[in-house]
Parts: sequence; C-alpha cells; structure tokens
Amino acid sequence: MAAASGSLHESPAELTPEVIDRHRAIVSLMEELEAVDWYDQRAEATRDPELRALLVHNRDEEKEHACMMLEWLRRRDPAFNEQLRTYLFCEGDILKAEDRATGDGGPAPAGVHDGSLGIGSLKAEALR
Amino acid sequence: MNDLCRPLAPITEQAWAAIDDEARAALRVTLAGRKVADFMGPLGWEASAVALGRALPLQAAPGPGVSAALRQVQPLVELRVPFALARAELDALARGAGDADLKPVRDAARAIALAEDSIVFAGYAAAGIAGIGQAAAAAALTITEDYERYPAVVARALAQLREQGVQGPYAIALGPRCYTGLTRTATPAGFPVMQHVERLLDGPVIWAPGVNGAVVLSLRGGDFELTVGRDLSVGYRGHTANTVEFYIEESLSFRVLAEEAAVPLVYGAAPENP
Repeated sequence: MAAASGSLHESPAELTPEVIDRHRAIVSLMEELEAVDWYDQRAEATRDPELRALLVHNRDEEKEHACMMLEWLRRRDPAFNEQLRTYLFCEGDILKAEDRATGDGGPAPAGVHDGSLGIGSLKAEALR
Repeated sequence: MNDLCRPLAPITEQAWAAIDDEARAALRVTLAGRKVADFMGPLGWEASAVALGRALPLQAAPGPGVSAALRQVQPLVELRVPFALARAELDALARGAGDADLKPVRDAARAIALAEDSIVFAGYAAAGIAGIGQAAAAAALTITEDYERYPAVVARALAQLREQGVQGPYAIALGPRCYTGLTRTATPAGFPVMQHVERLLDGPVIWAPGVNGAVVLSLRGGDFELTVGRDLSVGYRGHTANTVEFYIEESLSFRVLAEEAAVPLVYGAAPENP
C-alpha cells in the first residue's frame, strides 16, 4: 500500500478489501479536511487580495472533495449513515438531535437503525 | 423510524442482531451478481428510476412550432420476501441461546439473493430488464456435460472477449450444475479441471447459484450496472401470540452497458438435473 495510505494498524492480510477501502477513504477525507484548514489560514493571513481569492476558491474545492468522500463512506457504513442522518441538517440543539430522532432521549437501540444490512458491492471481495 | 418499522417489533436487540447477522451471512454467500457488476447506490427508498440519458421524440406537438421528447428511464423493481420466526426461538435468543432456529431467515435471504441474481444474469422481462445472458446471447458458446472440454470452451470465450477489445480481469460465474461438474472432474492424468479453468483466468471463479450454465466476463468495470435504491434490509410486518413476521426487501434495477464484455456458456443438450 502506498505511503499516503500506509497507516494501517493491522496487517493487510488480516483485513477485508472493504475495510482497506474504507481506510483509504477515511485517510483521503482527513487529507481534504487538513487542506481546508491550511487554505483557510493562508487566506486569512495573506495581504494579497488576488491570492486570497485563489486560496478561498481552492479551500472550497477541498470541501467539495471532502463531502464526496463522506458520502462514499456513508453509503458503505450503516453506522455512519445512521449518525449522519441523525445529526446533519438537524435544527436546534445538536446535542438533543438524537433524542428527537429516537423519541426517548436514550441511545438508539441496535435494532432501530435504518434496517439496511450493509451488503453493498461485493466486487472488491471477489477480486481479492 | 422508517417504513421498515423495526422499532415496533416485539423482539430484543440481541434478536435483531442475530437476524441481521444470519441474513447478511446467507446473502454474502449466495449473491453473485454483485461480485461482477458495478454497484450504484444505495440511492434510498425514495429513488424510483435510473435515468437512461435518452429521449423519445413525441409525435403530438404541445404547441405550434414546438417539438417535444420524453425522457427515458428504467424503473426500479421492489423485491420483498416475507418470513416468520417462532416467538419461542426469539425468546431463546434473548436468553442467549446459540442454536436458535433461524432457518426462515436464511431461506428468505437465499430467495431474494437468487431473485436478484436471476435479474442480473437472466433478466426480468416484466420489469423491462435484460440480463447478461440475454444481452450477450449472440456471443454464447455451447457447453455439455463433458467437463473435460470446459477449459477449451473457456479459452475460446476469453479469445472472443479479447477480439472484441475487452480487457480483463476476466472472471467466470459458474452455475451450480457447472460448478459441481467441474469440481468432480479430472483430466485423464488426474489434474482437476477446475484448476485448469482457474489458470486460464486472471480473475475469480464465482459460485453463482442463480445462474443456469456459466458466464465468462470482464470485471474491468463500466459494462454491467446494478443500481440499488434500498439495499437489502430487514423490516417488521406484524406478530401473533406465537410468531413474529418480518421481510427482506430491496429495490433495484440492472443494465448491461456493453454486451461484448460477457460470453454466456449455455448447455446445448437437454439439461440433466444438477
């Protein structure tokens, strides 16, 4: 595995292709968010208006990349899907979003997720 | 809560986990189409159709000097398989029983997996879906019960794919009859024919219980598209004093985008029982 994705904590032989692909996506997401932070600070610091405009443009492009990667993860991770559906675009107190979603103020029971078995694509598994 | 109504089921979290795990295991073993097709989605239960990127000109004009064309779409198909579990078995799960009878879950999972694969490989005319076997019928090769001849047929199929400019990796999806026949057959020198077949391919040999015959195909991507709205999910339907009723459900459609990327292997002689 390339150095940029070489942060696996377990031997690749012990991991399924799905877990390795999710690792690739998570590392990519981290890199995109880090780039957003870098551009954000540089845009704030520069005195050159034209450079600032470029940095702002680039920063917001990275946000697009990050969102695409997050959506890829959501489609393959039922728990991510459940949490994102609970907290994204909610209104009011974020801490109380889960209470509103479950209606009982407690954590969502295991059987209350969206019901998907999370099978998705099996092509990577077949090619392994 | 969504329309699967899972929170309404009178069962424990452990029972839900056991049902989901049992279904997931059976599905992953049985599903073969998802091992060869590109998977698009899940797009959600709200998704209703796949855009085909084509428009049909309409004869009747909506106004003077105005032409009209109707966008073409392929609707998603909803598949649903009900099953019921005895409350006694669900109670046993709650007590930690490791041998609860979950056969109805496995049977339902297998049934919907076979239906999905039938759509992928054989098509579903009622839903306007052409499967790989239909779309690539012109390239089909004939096989018989003589499994010693199988490597030659697979080699010919691979040659056809290359002649069409289709790159690998190349895989084969084997129906149960072919799979059993190949695993039972050896060359006169004692070499397993299955290994001959494996050596010809640079991709996997896939057990495909929903396939009649076999298909040699490319896994390069962009040729076969399985679009899923709701991915395979377990819902709750109702209960009595003795049983709890569930169902497995999904919505999907399938398209062959490049029929030259597959070569069906079809039995030419009268089929025997597998």
